[in-house]
Amino acid sequence: MSGRRPRACALAALLVAAGLAVVGAGASGVAGAEAGREIEPRQRKPGSAFLSPTVRTQQEDLAANPGMLWVEQGGRLWSEPAGRSRKACATCHGEAAGSMRGVAARYPAVDKATGRLMNLEARIIACRTSQQAAPAPAHESEDLLALTAFVAHQSRGLPISVRIDEAARPHLEAGRALYRQRIGQLNLSCAQCHVESWGRRLRSETISQGQATGYPIYRLEWQTLGSLYRRLLSCFRGVRAEPPRPGSDEHLALELYLAWRAGGLAVETPAMRR
Amino acid sequence: MARARIVMAKSARRGEVVEIKTLVPHAMESGFRRDAVGKPVPRHIITSLAVTYAGAEVFRMEMFPAIAANPYVMFATVATETADVVFTWTDDRGGVMRETRRLEVT
Repeated sequence: MSGRRPRACALAALLVAAGLAVVGAGASGVAGAEAGREIEPRQRKPGSAFLSPTVRTQQEDLAANPGMLWVEQGGRLWSEPAGRSRKACATCHGEAAGSMRGVAARYPAVDKATGRLMNLEARIIACRTSQQAAPAPAHESEDLLALTAFVAHQSRGLPISVRIDEAARPHLEAGRALYRQRIGQLNLSCAQCHVESWGRRLRSETISQGQATGYPIYRLEWQTLGSLYRRLLSCFRGVRAEPPRPGSDEHLALELYLAWRAGGLAVETPAMRR
Repeated sequence: MARARIVMAKSARRGEVVEIKTLVPHAMESGFRRDAVGKPVPRHIITSLAVTYAGAEVFRMEMFPAIAANPYVMFATVATETADVVFTWTDDRGGVMRETRRLEVT
């Protein structure tokens, strides 16, 4: 593969056909790199398992975890009337501690009404615009991060478990193919680092399994809270590849596959990462 | 990001040591960074946190550009009487954030 990434629309189809051959041919020298390998459930480790003890302690102590600033703000937004409807999230959903418990652990999910795959942010934006008649919060805005963190926090400690039915399966397979596709000028796939090389060193850092368990995350490098999409951008830049657009089919398929491969791990929101 | 987060006990026995944990939302922009076009980003940091309990100062801290965003500060004081604990963060542009928590002493 050259460094140029194939056109977005052709990518999914191309990947299903070429993914195995590309990984197989390119990885002959890498130990244990057979195509199609997944991390077994009992070997799965959340990102927090790769943190220093101090940062892990800070994540676990909700009085010290800075992500809780967004969670608290999200709690205030939850009960604040918004838009022309003058309805708050709480008007329909009541106490989030009950109604939202376990919801984030099931996302991304296929929306029954539209048949579209939605991540938690997309679901919140849809609720904001259609139910509350409010302007759509921008991606990566403080309001959207706060609401997402608040909703996801209600599932803290619950095992991630996305529903893979007939409607979701094509998205899962597209995401899996993307994960194994070599991309960018460095010609690396997600799987080459996060499936085949986790636990090894990349300069001073230990490579994690890349399990998306605690989003939105407070990343020390960012000095703020950010979405899974923002984190994915870092990896795409890292391998010098063109990232998918936010909310595109490829982005959401990748998020679904990430949630599926993290199945059984506990939601950590708000997680802290390096 | 509107408000600071404070975690402390609501009540304590007289003479007991009370642990207080504070998190305050602030960018703590160091003044040493440049934006995408190379222009320096002006410094904007919290310079002090002062805490009074029953009107008397029990904790004060100065902050400098090397302190990370959203500073977390933990300290302790001794419960003496039922009174307000008042937290005041001041930044270098005159911004002031104030929070009050009641401590019941039994």
